[in-house]
This record gives sequence, C-alpha cells and structure tokens, in this order.
Amino acid sequence: MSKKFMKVQRIEHGTVIDHILPGRAFDVLRVLGISTDRSMSILINSHSAKGGTKDILKIENVELSDEEASRLALVSPHATVNIIVQGAVVKKFNAEAPEMVRGVLSCSNPNCISNQNEPIQSEFRLSSESEHGYVCTYCERDIVDLARRIRA
Amino acid sequence: MRHVISVQDFSAEEIIHILDRAETMVDIARGEAVSEILKGKVLAAIFFEPSTRTRLSFETAMNRLGGGVIGFAGTEATSVVKGETLADTIRMVSGYADAVVLRHPREGAAKLATQFSEVPILNAGDGAGQHPTQTMLDLFTIRTELGRLEGLNISLVGDLRYGRTVHSLAIALAKFGNTINLVSPEGLEMPGEVISHLEETGRLGTACHSPEDVIADTDMLYVTRIQKERFPDVVEYEKVAGMYRVDPELVSRGPEHMIILHPLPRVNEITPEVDSLPQAKYFQQAFNAVPVRMALLSMVIGGYQNV
Repeated sequence: MSKKFMKVQRIEHGTVIDHILPGRAFDVLRVLGISTDRSMSILINSHSAKGGTKDILKIENVELSDEEASRLALVSPHATVNIIVQGAVVKKFNAEAPEMVRGVLSCSNPNCISNQNEPIQSEFRLSSESEHGYVCTYCERDIVDLARRIRA
Repeated sequence: MRHVISVQDFSAEEIIHILDRAETMVDIARGEAVSEILKGKVLAAIFFEPSTRTRLSFETAMNRLGGGVIGFAGTEATSVVKGETLADTIRMVSGYADAVVLRHPREGAAKLATQFSEVPILNAGDGAGQHPTQTMLDLFTIRTELGRLEGLNISLVGDLRYGRTVHSLAIALAKFGNTINLVSPEGLEMPGEVISHLEETGRLGTACHSPEDVIADTDMLYVTRIQKERFPDVVEYEKVAGMYRVDPELVSRGPEHMIILHPLPRVNEITPEVDSLPQAKYFQQAFNAVPVRMALLSMVIGGYQNV
C-alpha cells in the first residue's frame, strides 16, 4: 500500500519566504515582528533542490511589504519572497539589504550612546567596508552577530 | 551650522584651512596679541568625564578670543545625577551658549548631541570614539615642527586598541599621504576597521611589536599610554610597559630630525631624560591645543566660514 504524504500544505493567501539561510527562520520572524501564534508552517534545514539545506516560512494571511522584505535581508540575504493570493504567486522578489536600518537592531557596542536611555532610534548604514554589512551611525562600530541584535 | 564631531567629516583642504587659521592665532594664544573676535559670545564646556588639557585649552582659547565660558566638569552637581538624559541636557545648554564643547563617556554621544542642539557641537572625546580637535592639533604640531604634512614615515606606538586619539590620527595622516607604522603589544593592536582603511588607501607601513623595528626610519614617533588595567596582572604589565618605554637610547637610534609626540598625560612611557632632547615636542603639542581650538571656535561661532 502506497502512502501519499505531504510535508507542508500549500497556502491560499499569504507569504512564502524561501531560501532562508538554514537555521534562521526564527530570526526572520523576529526581525519581521511576526509572532508564532499566527497560522504558519516553518521548515528548518529542508533539503534544497540546488543542494544544501534551507529554511522555509509559509505565513498565512500576511503580505510582506517591500520594507519588511528589506528587513528580512538583514538576517537572511538572498531569501526569496512569494506573495500568494488565491493559491497563485502574484509577486516574487528577492530580499535586498536596506541602505539604512532604524530602530530594528540594537548596537553590539554596549558603550554606544544608542544603548542608553535616550530619546533616539538606533541607526545603522550599509557599508561595504564592514565585515557584517552594517555600521552604527552613532559609535561608527561594525555590528557584530547581527541576528542576535534584533530588538524583540 | 557646522559641528566638529569626527575628523573624517573634514576634507584635507578643510583641515589645511583650519591649520592655516591656527597659525595666525599663535601670538594671541601666547598672550602677545589681543583679540576680541568672540566678545559677547559664550562657550558651554560640559565635561562628563575628567579632563585637564582639553578643558583648560578650550577655556583658554575662548577667553583669549574675548568670549566667556560656562559649564561643568564632572556630573556630581548637575541634573545628570537625577537621571536627566544627554538629549535634555544638550537642549537646555544650547539655549545658554553659542557653542557646546562636549566630553562624554559613551561612544556616539557627540553625534546624538547634534540632533538636539541649536548651536554647534564640538566633540572633545566620546568614550573610545572620536577626539577630532586632538587630531587637528597633532597635525598642526607635525606641520609646524617638520614643515610638511605629507610623505612622512609615522610610527604610532603603544595602546593602539583603546587609545582614542590614535584611530582618527591614523586615518587623517593616511588622508595626507603618509606611511603609518603600527607598534603595539599583543592584544592592544589597532582595530581591524582602521587597519583595513590603511591597507585600502595603501598607507599601511610595518605592523610590529617593537619600536626598535621602525625607529631608524621614523619621522614622527607618536607615543600613547599603556594602561595597567588592560593586563591580567601587574607582572605582565611591567614587562610590556618596559618594552615600550621611550628613553634617550631608543631616541638616539632614530633620525636627528625625528619628533616625538604624546597626547598626554604620560605616566612612564617616555622617561623624563627625553624631555630635554630636541626631539621631544609633546609640551609644544599641548600648547598648540590653544591656537587650534581658537581657530575652530572662531570658525564655528564667529562666522569665519569655509569650515
């Protein structure tokens, strides 16, 4: 007797984020501010047709904006965003790293003024000279361990 | 309105313009000529951290130009102890003064201050971050003593990791086309981002652990203090500090025209016997703080534009 087994169901309406770096799916949810009490499928270390592994998120009834997709690029550059309406892909694009990131991350330098009780938003700029891609515009330090610097 | 936050905000031409202006201020700085170009103006000097030279030289600079100074040094008698934010302190102080000189223990404090100030902010050191007016007076001293600011072999010696003055100095010296040697104990090397910048601009010379490796070709030896608290124990500190001590014997191995600078305070990294040698220029350097800061104050407050 053959068993028909579907690992994860298709979604009718929402967003599928594919090609997430393996193990980063929960970081993606954090950076997007999407809580796990929503209806969604999360695949961790799924086998990729291109070889290697990847994470996949299928989030129902959420349409990711371009701005949200750029935040996603902070933790998983090159992820692919598919917007699904009535079971069909209506928009597909890659997450591109934003030039400036405000408020989403906290500086990895504990002595940075942006980590104090001041009435400002943290601010990072994209920098080709930075090992991790972003530099704090206050203390001018490279951000370290970016995925852990996402504000809850 | 022009703030003075980081030396990297200034082009080479702008820095030269500031140094030229400082040169015209030397007689006034010495008290041999009188100026009242900032008469009626007020400088707020707010120092959240201890400082001797920076605070006094800014105050002298303002007084020599006919202006007045308000401010505090240490936060004990201020609303900061009640939990006032830096943003609120700056909003308030900028209403009292025509410019604000700020020293603060946190990196990025001066940048924050610019967002809440109605008047120019001059960064007098923000944590381990920038200290642009120190860099400018270092450049002024080099140009005055060696006659030029380019094509020199510069050796930065000591704590290159935490010493706040050496990072911006290295970048500024690279901008003028000098070769920078980096001499530091293990663990106190120049941060990676500064080394990358020097490599990319092609200005990185020798990176080593002993001043003896570079002294013979050095035009300017810049010595910084190695702090005891950076070492796990006193024995290790004494060993390293001994290797980096500048004494007459080491100086004799350098070229005759070599100059020695130090941002001060020094503890024992330059022995007192060096003070009387012609190469020792660190007290001249401390004096140069006054004309350079006069030049900057006259430009940001006095409306002498082109900064």
